[in-house]
Formats: sequence, structure tokens, C-alpha cells
Amino acid sequence: MTLFDFSDYGALLGLVTNSLIAGALLGIVGGLVGFFVMARDLPFAVHGISELSFAGAAGALLLGADVVAGSVVGSVVAALLIGLLGARARERNSVIGVLMPFGLGLGILFLALYPGRSANRFGLLTGQVVSVDGPQVLVLIAVSLVVLVTLLLVWRPLLFASVDEDVAIARGVPTRGLSMLFMVLLALTVSVAVQTVGALLVLALLVTPAAAALRVASGPLAVSLLSMLFATVAVVGGILIALGSAIPISPFVTTISFLIYAVCRIVGSGRASRVRSAA
Amino acid sequence: MTPVLELEGARLAFGGRTLWQDLDLAVEPGEFVAVLGPNGSGKTTLLKAVLGIQRLSAGSLRVLGRPPARGDRRIGYIPQQRLLDSSTPVRGADLVGFGVDGGRFGPPFRRRADRERIGRLVDEVGAGAFAGRAAWRLSGGEQQRLRVGQAVAAEPALLLCDEPLISLDLANQAAVSELIDRRRREHGTAVLFVTHDVNPVLEHVDRVVYLVDGRVRIGAPEEVLTSPVLSELYRTHVDVVRVHDRIVVVGAGHPADVHVETAP
Repeated sequence: MTLFDFSDYGALLGLVTNSLIAGALLGIVGGLVGFFVMARDLPFAVHGISELSFAGAAGALLLGADVVAGSVVGSVVAALLIGLLGARARERNSVIGVLMPFGLGLGILFLALYPGRSANRFGLLTGQVVSVDGPQVLVLIAVSLVVLVTLLLVWRPLLFASVDEDVAIARGVPTRGLSMLFMVLLALTVSVAVQTVGALLVLALLVTPAAAALRVASGPLAVSLLSMLFATVAVVGGILIALGSAIPISPFVTTISFLIYAVCRIVGSGRASRVRSAA
Repeated sequence: MTPVLELEGARLAFGGRTLWQDLDLAVEPGEFVAVLGPNGSGKTTLLKAVLGIQRLSAGSLRVLGRPPARGDRRIGYIPQQRLLDSSTPVRGADLVGFGVDGGRFGPPFRRRADRERIGRLVDEVGAGAFAGRAAWRLSGGEQQRLRVGQAVAAEPALLLCDEPLISLDLANQAAVSELIDRRRREHGTAVLFVTHDVNPVLEHVDRVVYLVDGRVRIGAPEEVLTSPVLSELYRTHVDVVRVHDRIVVVGAGHPADVHVETAP
């Protein structure tokens, strides 16, 4: 078996235009949502939501329902539970720790019962390039746009509430409502990301790019733009490499994402030591 | 003249426990009032009541003649210094920015007037040199200077301070309390200052509100911070000792740290 074969690359590229569009949009939304995931200290919640998103998608597959819809239902339920039961970080982590294995177990059960092709099963966990066809791309684009526009409209109060909750409450910012709203936006983003990179690797899109950006930039504008750029490079780059390969897309996305993070850490620590020696 | 803050017969109780009662207080514009008392005496809860986050159990509370309301722009709030972790994606100046337009919904494009305002506030609190640095890299003193700029951004009539000097060194305690005091002198802003140690702000304080186990004493520092008055409040023998220009409260059977501060 050859792992890489780029001989029909041009023809393949035409087939995955939809995936590339969806991937680029996913990078932009994922990078932006990841910015707030880091600001609100929610990386673990992303993992928990993605496992329940996987359970929802697997359940939909089993029932013959729409996989994207199932994934959305799973992740929104998880996000609302985490938001409602875990207002404080410690509580939140235990709620997630309880939900996560349950979601994963449920998903595995549904897949075990599913009589169809095993490629479909594996795809939900580890992602696949050509998993999104025409109408699904439209759903992905619509969901992404809703998340993007909503985030921009609540940007300032959400950032205020994320960074400086006590003062935001004193200032009358509806922190509780914003927190629940963000959990829903996060859930929508996770369920979109699961379609491409798979449930196990959503963190590579929603956490790693923002964490990398934080290493080399400090203002909200710079960090969020870099985070979007890094996430987009990881998804689009992952799709382009995976095209000529028999391997699923996710290892490429996660590796690119990880390499960006590693480079940012080196650049960032070099900068910090220069600042220290100058001071 | 309408008092900036007016409490009449105010009482606050949680379940069966009364934090404070019979609290009558009128704070005039430009007045600096320190709220003192041991841990758990309800100092911070008093601030929450003024902010409209905590309802009184009885009595009335008015801010510039109106009942308290969440998000009142006439109130500024300075919290204690917080440790920010390295995933905090804002710079020093953004903390001030939150005070200017942090609560505003809509596309996040900052108006030119707001940008200029942030610049002026940063200069006013002497933060120009470090306002561009990541907020989590700032020292406690630097962060608290920016907090003052954040709190006064909307030109409040009342400034609520919740232990803003805690964990700062003495030089920064002096610098930050001087910034707060300057605001009150130049703009007539009333200050309600919660602290466990009155010494860093003693020279600015007009009156103290002393809370102990539900009992309240209000008056000038030299009237309230005396052995007889505090002994009565604590219902045990308490010595108030003046060492140079500092006040030290030493209690029998009570932790002696109420106002004790190690000298530099």
C-alpha cells in the first residue's frame, strides 16, 4: 500500500473544492472561538463537548437521521449542561470529567450497533477529507457564519466578562447570559469541526492555534487574528496533504497545528528572555 | 445637596446571621469613607449592596437619590489585584478600555473619541510606560494603577474600592491610594474604601465605618479608632496604639492583625 500518491492531484483538487471552502471557514471560526476558549479557560470543556457531539452524530447515523444535526444536538446538550452545572472552574471540570466518558461510551455503542460501512464509523472520530458533500457544506457555512456574526456582536462584553468577571458584573454586564451564549456558540463550532477533524482531535483547531497565538502576541486583535490564521493554515494545509494520501486528514491537521505551536513557543520564549535582559 | 450614597436603617442578613444592621450613612461628594472590620463582617457585601448585586434585608439605600441598579454608570469599582494567567489575551490599556466601552454590544470597532479617552486615562494614572504590555506580565502596582483608570473612565460620582491595595508593597500602596485621593480632590468623587488595614489611606480618610459582628460605629478616624470605642465594638478589651503615624489595633483574644502592618 502506498501512503502517498500525488499523480492525480489536479483532478482530486476539483473534487474537494467544497471541503476546502468548509475547511477555510472552519479555520476562521475555530480560531476565533479558540481565542475565547483560552480567555475563558475552557480547553477541557471543548474536549467534553466534542465527545458528546460524537455520540450525537453516531446516534444519528444509527437512526438514519442527519449526522450533522445529531452532532449539533449532542454538543449543544453537553455545552448547556456544562454551562449550567459548572459555573465555577472546579465544578466545571468535574462535570466535564463525568460527561466525557459517558458520551464516548454512548458513541461507541451506537457505532457498534450501526450496520453500515466502517469507514463512516471511523470518520466521526478521526475525521475525513471528503466527508462533506454539497448540502452539508451549506449547513457548515451557515452555522459558521451565525457563530462568527454573533461573536462579533458580543465581542466587547464577552471579552470583558471573560477576562475580568468581577468588574464586568459590577458594571452590569450580563455575564451569566453571555456565558451560556458562548457555550452554545462553542457547541455549534465543535459540531462543525467534528465533521472535518473528528471528535478526538477538535482540540487541535479550537485550542492549539489560540494557545500558539498567545505565545507571540498580547492584544486581543493580534491574538485573535493570528489564531484564525494558524487554524486556517492547519485545516487547509491538512486537506491539501491528505488528498494525496491514504491516511485520514486529522494527523496532518494536528501535526501542522502542533508545529505552529512549537515554533510560537520558541519565538515567544526568545522574545521574553530578550525583554528580561533589556529590563 | 443630595448625598452620593445614603443608607437608612440598612440591615443585611443571610439566613439567621446578621452581617450588619441599623446602618445609617450619608456620603457627601468628595468624601473619603473607609470601611473597616474583621473578616466576615460584611464589608464587601456592603459594596455589593451599593452595586445592586445584593439586596438589603431591611432599610433603604440610595445612590444619588435613586435605588441601586446593576450597571449604574455613576459608580466606579476597583477590585483587589488579581493574578492573571498567561492565557489572558489583553494588554494593560485594554483593562482601561473595558471601563470605557467594555459593556457595549455591537461590532467591536472602537470610536476615535473612545480611543483618545483611553489614552488620556492611561496618562492620568501614569501607566503610559507599561500600558502596551500583556496584562498578565504587569506587576500588582501597575495593574492597580490601570484599575483606577478603568474605574474612573465613566466619570463616576462614587468610587467603590474593595481592598485595592492588598498584596501591594508600601510604595505602590501609597501611589495607588494617592491616585484615588487625587480623583476625589479634583473631581469631587466620593470614595467608599473597604480595607482591613487603614494605615495606607489614613491621611486621606474623612470618616470610618467600623463593622464588627453586626454592630456599626461611624465617625472620624480619631473618634472611632480608640481603645474605648473599639473595645465596646469588639466586646472585649482592645488596645489602639499609635506608632509614629500608624495605627495598630491589638486585641485580647482577637487576632492582632486587624490593622497591624509590618514597617518597611
